[in-house]
Amino acid sequence: MTDVVIAGIGQTEVGEHWKLSLRELAFDAIQEAVKDSGGLKPQALFVGNMLAPNISNQAHLGALIADYAGLAGIEAMTLEAAGASGGAALRQGYLAIASGMVDVALVIGVEKFTDKIGPDVEAALATTSDSDFEAVQGMTPTAQAALIMRRYMYEYQVPSDGFAGFALTAHANGANNKYAMFQKAIKLETYNKAEMVSEPLNMFDIAPNADGAAALVLTRRELLPTNFAHPLVKISGSASASDTLALHDRKDILYFDTAQLSANKVMKQAGITLDQINFFEYHDMFSIFAALQLEAIGFAIKGQGWKLAADHEIALKGKIPCATMGGLKARGFPGGATGVYQAVEAATQLRGQAGANQIAGAKYGLIQSLGGPASTAISHVFERL
Amino acid sequence: MEIPRHWRLKQQRYSLVGEVCPHCGNKIFPPRDVCPNCGDEAKELYTFSGKGEVYSYTTIYEAPSGYDANAPYTVAIVKLQEGPMITAQLTDLGDQPVQIGMPVEMVTRKMRNDGDERGLIVYGYKFRPASLDRV
Repeated sequence: MTDVVIAGIGQTEVGEHWKLSLRELAFDAIQEAVKDSGGLKPQALFVGNMLAPNISNQAHLGALIADYAGLAGIEAMTLEAAGASGGAALRQGYLAIASGMVDVALVIGVEKFTDKIGPDVEAALATTSDSDFEAVQGMTPTAQAALIMRRYMYEYQVPSDGFAGFALTAHANGANNKYAMFQKAIKLETYNKAEMVSEPLNMFDIAPNADGAAALVLTRRELLPTNFAHPLVKISGSASASDTLALHDRKDILYFDTAQLSANKVMKQAGITLDQINFFEYHDMFSIFAALQLEAIGFAIKGQGWKLAADHEIALKGKIPCATMGGLKARGFPGGATGVYQAVEAATQLRGQAGANQIAGAKYGLIQSLGGPASTAISHVFERL
Repeated sequence: MEIPRHWRLKQQRYSLVGEVCPHCGNKIFPPRDVCPNCGDEAKELYTFSGKGEVYSYTTIYEAPSGYDANAPYTVAIVKLQEGPMITAQLTDLGDQPVQIGMPVEMVTRKMRNDGDERGLIVYGYKFRPASLDRV
């Protein structure tokens, strides 16, 4: 099959962009990605977004953003899979290019949390869980994660600071990412002193909601201009899997089936094994999610994922570097843009442009985007050619 | 707000009506039309006893709108005696600390209102500690 390559990347700073609207954020990232691609002309636009119909009272983002970016006329639509919306948009872009139906695709993830604040944001986020049987009980995604983490710590006898390594690694890496929301390393004492949000989750176990937009230009290798300016990165695997929305409907709330299913598929497509993966961009919306992803994919056995973080094995020089540009915890959680940020960061690593956080000689990066507690997991393998 | 949506769930909300699979005998709550155990169609109604135990729990301080007036509150996954798990608030706790494995029983309580004095009040199941004389 023909190679689907990353021709251009772009991102805005992640944070509270009170002055910028959804469409302006999206355009900033699009402009940067198109410029980075050497001016390729997109034929299709796939938007990853999670909450705009609720938070900004704005649906129909495909046409809105295409028009605002001066691209009216092209195919344009939104992909929604909760926190995995960005991964879904990337996969749709990949399928469009791989099929040969589209020559140049623009993938944009955009989220604008700060159009609402406080309880209204919690209510919007709660719509991603089972509305009839979870959200009606006053449940939130944070509480879902706390329920998983409490049971995990009980079953595996994890000490109270057992998950600290995830936040410490993320913040250390975010310190060297100028797009990250938090660019400051933290100490173990800071983690241990942090306020509880939903026991046993403290504020450093939770990624911050933030505004942001990231974009990719995808094309087939043979369509690149001969003077293409960057090292080549291709998408060697793309897969998605689904599970129950509600935790109570799972056979085992301590195992992310979809993380395992989609990761296995992409590794098979790329023809690689676990030990060939140079870094992993996981979806550390909550520290417990990072641990369960590491276990499901096979980097750790069940119940031991937290130890990889505690033993510094996920640091830049560890066995499997994770969240290399800060992850969701330090770069921030810009909702449906998150999966596209992960892709931009992985492409940056594989191009050798990650600065102080560069993984030397990186050839394969695995990225995984989760919706809810892995109710959706979308995985991709990026490869440096 | 969404009156039909809450109205059509009244059997589940007020009396824990789920299903029993006619093919494999699996008890199902919340109801779903395909048995998660055997994959066959399951539409036979079954009323749960409302007895169970706490499987995991946490406290919500930052609640969604409609619930924020009641925060903080405790939510749990409860393992029902008949097998399925259910997500619910814990209530009537008093000073009693919650523990994994604690026996609980279903009660009907006010869940939320929509903040409007003429608006809908949603009632539904919560779970309280099962006292010995009620077990």
